[in-house]
Amino acid sequence: MKYNFTVSPDFPPERIASWYIFNTWLQKKLDIAVHLELHNNFKELQASIDNDAVDIIYTNPFEAAGLVRDKGFMPVATPQGISDEAVIVVAADSDVDKVEDLKPGVKVALTDDQDVNMISMMMLEPAELNKDNIELSNQDNYVLVAKQLMNKKADVGFFYKAAYDELSGMIKSQLKPLVTSEISVIKHMFLVSPRFKEHHAALQEALVTMSDDDKGKQIVTDLGFEAWDKQTQEETEFMIDLMDTLK
Amino acid sequence: MMNVMKKEDVVGDYKEYTLSLYDGSEKTVYVTDIEKPFPEGKLIVSRTDTQGIITHCNEAFVFMSGWKEEELIGQPQNILRHPDIPKAVFKDIWDTLGANKKWSGYLKNLRKDGSYYWVNATVIPNVRNGEVVGYASVRRKPAANQIKKIEVEYAKMREQEGGAS
Repeated sequence: MKYNFTVSPDFPPERIASWYIFNTWLQKKLDIAVHLELHNNFKELQASIDNDAVDIIYTNPFEAAGLVRDKGFMPVATPQGISDEAVIVVAADSDVDKVEDLKPGVKVALTDDQDVNMISMMMLEPAELNKDNIELSNQDNYVLVAKQLMNKKADVGFFYKAAYDELSGMIKSQLKPLVTSEISVIKHMFLVSPRFKEHHAALQEALVTMSDDDKGKQIVTDLGFEAWDKQTQEETEFMIDLMDTLK
Repeated sequence: MMNVMKKEDVVGDYKEYTLSLYDGSEKTVYVTDIEKPFPEGKLIVSRTDTQGIITHCNEAFVFMSGWKEEELIGQPQNILRHPDIPKAVFKDIWDTLGANKKWSGYLKNLRKDGSYYWVNATVIPNVRNGEVVGYASVRRKPAANQIKKIEVEYAKMREQEGGAS
């Protein structure tokens, strides 16, 4: 049997090769065939999920909610010491210096990364802004969000912090972060489908011990973190509850 | 044992209040007029059991409450209760959660040192296998204008209730 593996499309493009290398490691470690399919956006990912074409996924808690509660996916691991945070950004030369300076009617550039959008909307609340009094401009990726700000086509941008940090120095020099979330408890996670159940324990063991050897450690480092932590069902359910409070 | 406020922990001039709690008991609190600003981007997260006893809290919760984590775990969530919040608000919270629904609203929380901070709070039941096993609470920075409005509304409600909670 061949399994399908995917990664939510909010990782920096520079990490594409690292995920393919990870998949090679995964297949050797578990001695199973796994096909890695990377999607260009969340819409494509959702279509794949709807078609039950995903067995293994590394994704954000927003996507995880539906997978766990509607499709019976099981949590495996989370990256150690890394949480999902969002940054609200304006152009470097903008008159806006704090969230409270933003007024109704502002144009917001954003991607379809729903956990980032939810966290970002929460950070706009002190300015009494909500989806009914702002204009949204959907973009395919965070570089395009940055370009919207730089070209004055949008007033505000929502960024996944990890993606913002990976923007080039040239781009970042033309941007000004207003506020960065410090939530700490919302994290990406590795999940597997009920179809993959027989390999769940082996995958969990492989991931939590991955950084014990030099080769595994290098692969994890190339993905942008240091190690994997075991993720329990209850920890996942609670993270989903937290996401529900932000809806 | 329930942790209670001590006068020696309070910073600044204070007033003493006796709070009537939902379970019929009472407790004394010391309240100052000092506001602790809500930090940008932070989210206060806590979790209680079905009786409202704190089982988990994050760093932002500890920081804003002024209590140590070990002083918070095992304590009732009403350790944060400020006398300016009308009794009817707490009744509404418990009634809403009792109906298995999400509660959202503004709360003024009391710190260990007698100062306060306003939050935009959301509380939801944690449902596992169809059963409520506890409640998760998330509190974030509120809009200043909303607080101005709610202060007036809560003052009216307190007056109808016959003074501070």
